[in-house]
This record gives sequence, C-alpha cells and structure tokens, in this order.
Amino acid sequence: MAIVPNPYKTTGFLGWIDDRFPLTKLYRDHLSEYYAPKNFNFWYYFGSLALLVLVNQLISGIILAMHYKPSSAEAFGSVEYIMRDVPWGNVIRYMHSTGASAFFIVVYLHMYRGLIYGSYKKPRELIWVFGCLIFLVLMAEGFCGYVLPWGQMSYWGAQVIISLFGTIPFIGPDIVVWVQGDYIPSDATLNRLFSLHIVALPFVLVGLVVAHLIALHEVGSNNPDGVEIKKHKDPVTHIPLDGIGFHPYYTVKDLVGVAVFLIIFVGVICFAPDGGGYLLEKPNFQEANPMVTPEHITPAWYFGSFYAMLRATPSMFASALPGVIVMFGAVLILFLLPWLDRNPVKSIRYKGNLTKLLTLIFAIDFVMLNYLGMQPTSPTYTLMSRIGTVYYFGFFFSLLFIHNFETSKPVPERVTG
Amino acid sequence: MGPEGVSPGTEVDKGRRRFLTLATTGVGAVGAGFVVWPFLASMKPSERAKALGAPVKADIAGVEDGQMLTLAWRGKPVWILKRTPEMIASLDKVKKDLADPDSTVDQQPKYAQNATRSVKPGIMVLVGSCTHLGCSPTFRPDHPAPEILPDWQGGYYCPCHGSKFDLAGRVYKGVPAPINLKVPPYRFDGETTLVIGEDQAAA
Repeated sequence: MAIVPNPYKTTGFLGWIDDRFPLTKLYRDHLSEYYAPKNFNFWYYFGSLALLVLVNQLISGIILAMHYKPSSAEAFGSVEYIMRDVPWGNVIRYMHSTGASAFFIVVYLHMYRGLIYGSYKKPRELIWVFGCLIFLVLMAEGFCGYVLPWGQMSYWGAQVIISLFGTIPFIGPDIVVWVQGDYIPSDATLNRLFSLHIVALPFVLVGLVVAHLIALHEVGSNNPDGVEIKKHKDPVTHIPLDGIGFHPYYTVKDLVGVAVFLIIFVGVICFAPDGGGYLLEKPNFQEANPMVTPEHITPAWYFGSFYAMLRATPSMFASALPGVIVMFGAVLILFLLPWLDRNPVKSIRYKGNLTKLLTLIFAIDFVMLNYLGMQPTSPTYTLMSRIGTVYYFGFFFSLLFIHNFETSKPVPERVTG
Repeated sequence: MGPEGVSPGTEVDKGRRRFLTLATTGVGAVGAGFVVWPFLASMKPSERAKALGAPVKADIAGVEDGQMLTLAWRGKPVWILKRTPEMIASLDKVKKDLADPDSTVDQQPKYAQNATRSVKPGIMVLVGSCTHLGCSPTFRPDHPAPEILPDWQGGYYCPCHGSKFDLAGRVYKGVPAPINLKVPPYRFDGETTLVIGEDQAAA
C-alpha cells in the first residue's frame, strides 16, 4: 500500500503540514475516527488513567532528578533536602511516591477489566502481551525507585530482591555480585538502579505503551459484551453501527474519570502522603544501615501478592530457587492467558456461573495474598498463602477446560445498553 | 531504474549478493557481540570495590565467654562468638531438629566442616546474613525462650521470616532458610587475633 500524502486534501497551513507529515491522518485514525464501542462502562476508565499517571511520573520524576543525588553518601540527605528546602519539593515528591502506588492500583484494575471481559482473546493477544510486558517493566521500575531514597527499607528491600538472583544454580552468587557491582548493595548498586530508573526503563516503558496502543487501534477495542462491533457496519459509511468516535465521546467521558481520580489523588497527597506507612514505609525514614536489619521487612504493598507466593513456597534441595520460580511464574503465567482460556465466550456476562464464581474467588485470592505478603509470617498465614498460591495457578489452568462443565448464556449479536 | 537484469551485461548474481549480505551481517553480529562485552563487564565490581573487600583483622582478647563480637567484612556482619562449654554442649542436644547437622552443604571452608563448625570449638565465626534472603538474624543465647521454640537451647533467630539457627549457625528444620549460615574463610594470627577473609594455611 503506497503512502498517499495528505489523503484528506486539507489546505492552507494545515495542508502544508499534511503534505509533509500525516497530522490530520493521525488525528482521525487515532482520535476522531477511531471508533470505540458505545457501551464502555466504569471499568474502561483505567487505561486512560494509567496514561495520566505515567505522565505524572515522568514530569515529577524529571523535577526530582534535578535535586536528587544518586550516591549512598548523599541520597538519603538529598531526599530530606527535597522534602524541606526545595520549594514545593515535598509536594512533588509526594506526587511521585503516591503516583507509583496509584499506577499499580489503576494497572491492576485495568488488568482485571481485561480478565473479566476477555479483552486478551483473539485478535487482541498481542495487546495483552504488550500489557504484561508493561506490567513487568513497571515492577522493575517500582523496585528501582523504591531503593533510591536509600532508607532502611530501601536497602533491605534491595538486598532481598537482588539475592533472588543468588538462587540461580551455580552462577547465582556471581550474578548477584555483578548486579550489585559490589559484594553487598552499595553505592555502585544505588547508582546503577538510578540509571535504570530514570533512563533505561522509562524508555522501554513508553515504547511498550506506544506498541500497546498501536496494537489496540489496529484491531479495535473490546467491550463489556465481548462482541465485535466491526461485524455490523453502516453499508454506506463503513462505520461500525455500535461505534462512536473516541474523540469527543470518550475523551469527554474519560475527563470525568480524571476528575474523580484527581480528587482522590490530590486528597492523598495533601492529607495522607505516607498512606499510613503503606505509600512511604516508616523504616524508610531512617538512613540505610547494612549492619542492622529492620524488625520486619516488607516489600512495597504492590508486590504483596507475589512476595506472599515467594514466602509460601518451601525450600527444596537446599535451595530457595522454587520460591523464586513460583514468584516469577505468577507474573509469566499472565502472558499465557490468551492461550489458556479456551472458553469461546469472551465476556464474563455470558460465561457460565462456575467461571463467574472462580473469577470472583480469584480476585479475593489476589487481594488476600497481597495482604498476607505484607504481614509477618505465622503458621496460619503461611498455610493461607500456600492455599492462595495453589488457587492462583489453579485458576489459570482451570480456564483450559472449565467451560465444558457449565452452560454459557447466548452472546448477543450487537452490544447491549 | 528498471527491474533487475534487464539490460544486457548487468545480470544480478543473486547467489553472490546473498553470500555477501550474509557474510557482512555475520561479521557485524560478531562485532556487536564484542561491543556488548565492555558494557556487561563494566558492571562488575570496580577496582575500588574490590580493594574495600579485602580481609579484616579482629582482636578477640577482650571478648568474654558467651559474648559475641560483630564486625563488618565486605559490608556484611561477621560474628565472632566465644562459646562456653555449655554452649558447645548444646550443639549436640539440638542435632535432631536440624536440617543439615553434619554441614554437608558447602557453606564452610573444609577446615570448619566438623562437629562445631570451627577451627577451635570455643571460637565460632559466622557471616551474620540469613541464607533465606539476607537479613541479619538476632543473637538469642537466652533459654528457655518458648516464643521462639519450646526447647530453645540458644542460637540465632531471624526477625524477617522466622528462620532459626543453633549456636554453630546450623539451620533448623521447617524454616524458610534452606541451608546453614556461612562460615567465612578465616585464620588465627597468634592466639587472640583473627583474620577474616583469608584461608587457614593447610594444616
């Protein structure tokens, strides 16, 4: 297909640009004439909110990097400096730290939306895979950022996460030294995590977001009914009968979501910036000390579920490797979801009651694991974590066959409501 | 330009073209491989970091029986515990509850692979870093301590995930830590000086 400059024959200044750069074409293809199903509901706010939080992180991060010093001697002090002496520094840091938590909240809800409405199913597998990659990079980004203030929790959290590499057979200990650039987490480690946090990972993240959106706009959005709106087009205009232009219809709808989100977000920043010790952990108000371990090491709250699965797995063959495999497996199994789910029905609205029940339990299970991952261990909690872990994986594998044991409802031809 | 091979004398030798393209790509890939190496190698510990990882000396003349000295070696806590005869006796009592009582896993130098995991039974040297995920366990010589274990004989308790070790750093069964605490390489320099990070000369 040849590229035709200025297919919409615009004139004047816009025409001059369109002859050289597809401005009007991009605007129409991705905004005014990107037709999205007209039945988007509450769950469809979180994609645009994730984008908003990404922008918040980028802008507040750029400003923070102007004042922060990535060295083990100065990092903690420079964060205190930002909090006390830099004009508006405390607000900008709270925007960034609250933004990190908000990012995971909206991304988890966004993923749950994909799960219940089958948005990962053919032909949207790659949108889902790009999304999983975004989640993975986001976790790495969150971890690196968590270390930068170089408080006690930063330091010991880094120690725990980096030592996960040490469980790799034979080469593990050498990998740990290589990753740290030292025999312990140190200045070299902090410096390289800073580099990853502000350069490498954001580049990858933005690139993946673009790929996620290109893939989405290629095949079109799914919807709560899980039916393809492209099946019924206006015979003359070829516009899907159930589609509406993303702009202005969904830009305006999303603005409502943005307004509500910002009320909550700004409320947290102003009134509860440390989120009761969950958004900013109490031990992190003390500078890192390699000789003293904090009483109770917790990961950032958004890693709770995965940390619970790590702890729930007993060591085998004198190695902690199984726990690490389970933890990473819990993320990697998400990539396989499009191929694990064999149910011909996309949306949970028309799936059988058994799938509905299992999905509901899955959501509860995930929240439970997240809670357990932040608590000190006890025999009861370990048992609960083990059951939760087995259910987590069991749920994904049940999707292979569970639809054979239930009756689906008939899927409508056109979207409802 | 017209299609390939139209005018006489300019036929394209496609086999040759493919060979040259592949050969160039191949050489380029090897070159790219060589370029990657400095980047990866630059992440290894620098000369300065290696120098800071040098051995440390410890004077244990002033340490009382049953007392523990903590010092830093390669930034990790190293414990030197002067064990009392009662403490040494406890090592046998707890044996049945341990995961690896005979230190079969390679977590100690050869000269410390014995019943007391030490060169001299009275002096215990350990890296104070939990083998689960690297936290530093707490020294708990006091017993009984039913909140740790009904039959606690003294040892180390990790506050992070509840791993338990005896007074030779041997791990208990059924805790998150998979293996015994590490015994660092060390040697005696005279009666009361220890060098941590250097191996004992072969006896």
